[in-house]
Amino acid sequence: MPKSLFDKIWDAHEVAPGLLYVDLHLVHEVTSPQAFDGLRLAGRKIRRPDRTLATADHNVPTDGTPVAARIRDSLSRVQVETLERNCREFGIPVYSLGSDRQGIVHVIGPELGVTQPGMTIVCGDSHTATHGAFGALAIGIGTSEVEHVLATQCLVQAKPRSMRIRYEGSLGFGVTAKDLILATIGQMGVDGAVGHVVEYAGEAIEGLSMEGRMTVCNMTIEGGGRAGMIAPDETTFEWVIGRPGAPGEIPEEWAELRTDPDAAFDREIDVDASAISPMVTWGTTPGMVAPVTAAVPEPDSEQDERALDYMGLEAGTPIQEIRLDRVFIGSCTNSRIGDLRAAAQIVGGHKVADGVYAMVVPGSQQVKLQAEREGLHEVFTRAGFDWRGAGCSMCLGMNPDVAAPRERVASTSNRNFEGRQGRGARSHLVSPQMAAAAALTGHFVDIREWEAPQ
Amino acid sequence: MRAIETITGPVSVLGRDDVDTDQIIPKQFLKRVERTGFGEFLFFDWAKEPGWELPRNPILVTGRNFGCGSSREHAPWALEDYGFQAIIAPSFADIFRSNCTKIGLLPVELPASDCAAIADAGEAQVDLAGQDVRWPGGSAHFEIDPEIKHRLLNGLDDIALTLAESEAIEAYERTRERSGPVTTAL
Repeated sequence: MPKSLFDKIWDAHEVAPGLLYVDLHLVHEVTSPQAFDGLRLAGRKIRRPDRTLATADHNVPTDGTPVAARIRDSLSRVQVETLERNCREFGIPVYSLGSDRQGIVHVIGPELGVTQPGMTIVCGDSHTATHGAFGALAIGIGTSEVEHVLATQCLVQAKPRSMRIRYEGSLGFGVTAKDLILATIGQMGVDGAVGHVVEYAGEAIEGLSMEGRMTVCNMTIEGGGRAGMIAPDETTFEWVIGRPGAPGEIPEEWAELRTDPDAAFDREIDVDASAISPMVTWGTTPGMVAPVTAAVPEPDSEQDERALDYMGLEAGTPIQEIRLDRVFIGSCTNSRIGDLRAAAQIVGGHKVADGVYAMVVPGSQQVKLQAEREGLHEVFTRAGFDWRGAGCSMCLGMNPDVAAPRERVASTSNRNFEGRQGRGARSHLVSPQMAAAAALTGHFVDIREWEAPQ
Repeated sequence: MRAIETITGPVSVLGRDDVDTDQIIPKQFLKRVERTGFGEFLFFDWAKEPGWELPRNPILVTGRNFGCGSSREHAPWALEDYGFQAIIAPSFADIFRSNCTKIGLLPVELPASDCAAIADAGEAQVDLAGQDVRWPGGSAHFEIDPEIKHRLLNGLDDIALTLAESEAIEAYERTRERSGPVTTAL
């Protein structure tokens, strides 16, 4: 019987019906302390420390704080130190503050080559779907499940339904992976993929870089999906091979990791990739999104009205007239070297607009070092951007990087929920290129018609 | 985990769709390393809005796609600590639903019309064994994964159940396990 990529990975990992073996468990400081406590209380051991990897990211200040002991916020400090202590006690490798491998968990997994095609990967974080870009089945889990995986290396999971999103045509000039996934969520809704593992397919997906594919899979959860995945190809293999945790040559079995021609999906939807414009969210869910050429829409529900009220926006306002206070380039969605190169190319030799505070937060120490080798940090700092250390930063405001009440932010992150980037802060999700242009002009611009300010 | 049989009592109503876990428990409360004491911070920002009312009842009735966004189990911990034992909604986000079942907080999916009727009735009884909800003037059947139901009815520890399958896990590791990556050798 023909199988989908998802079926193949599922079948290769089912230990018993509904019990899935986990090839890699990624751990961070926020969702793990209670899991380690649970293990201690029950006197349980970790089954596979050699398949487990930890880093500190959510709480990490991005000001170059060199060690956990120097984190000023005492609760954050305790959480990061607790992670370090737990990892020492249980024998788990951890890249915390001070390590040149520290970074956002979904950036360092691929970067270290421990994210590979055909694997099952879990992490106590909803953006775990990012790793599906490599043709892995990557599932976000909660703390009880973190404890379960630590103890058993397995996840109890009824098989989700399957869904394929096929993109017809290719993306136009200036249209990025971020716009593709925002437009998709706008089309299917923020619960459009609930209960499903999503495979993204088609010419527009095949044409994306690995960074672009990670951006797409990353936001699967914003459409409600259990996981997102893309069949690995030459682009994938070339990216993975030779990284520290990866094989030196392409394993033969990786060639099998694709959906068979007649494989059945529980649901299929088609998206016209060529019709997608650069996108900007206007509301408080990622599905409240419009092309940059559009205006803030008329509310058609109580939820929309509430969103417009929170965002301080009037229906009918052209998106390009929305003025910004802050710009954030970073997060597990868009903080990789390709994202920073794309943003730097827009910045060129220009300056951040008056009254705008703009920051660039590399996703990992490795991304930061690479960017600095290429001189990107100088492009940003000369323009007036703040060049920061690696971490989750202003994506979720668990560290000192937060926006003030009513401040309006152009953000390359993944969630525009109320209060997400700071209590009362107003977030607009965009691509790195759109964020960079917004920083230079102080408002949104159509990147396809971009001319740098004189 | 305590066993669940029936949950009976007045319902609290939160008539909003797509309630994300950032609203249920904002990020500043995720820095705690304990598992308890989150109830007082439930809906921390929304609770300051004029007209906000959410009594501490055993049952919460709410809108579709409840619990979307972040995987934080702190959200179910806060709801449970606040006093809720069951949540009735037209749909739930996957990770949130799973997190609830791990701590004995029962997610009950019913059509929006039934949710509205229960909200109007103001009280209900959820019977897990019979998989139905009864309220003054109506009743409805709900679906739940049989494995999860069994675990909740008996208050079973997931980890202990899986460890009982150690032989199968060991056999998998011996014969089918993928080679690498080895994180301890990086």
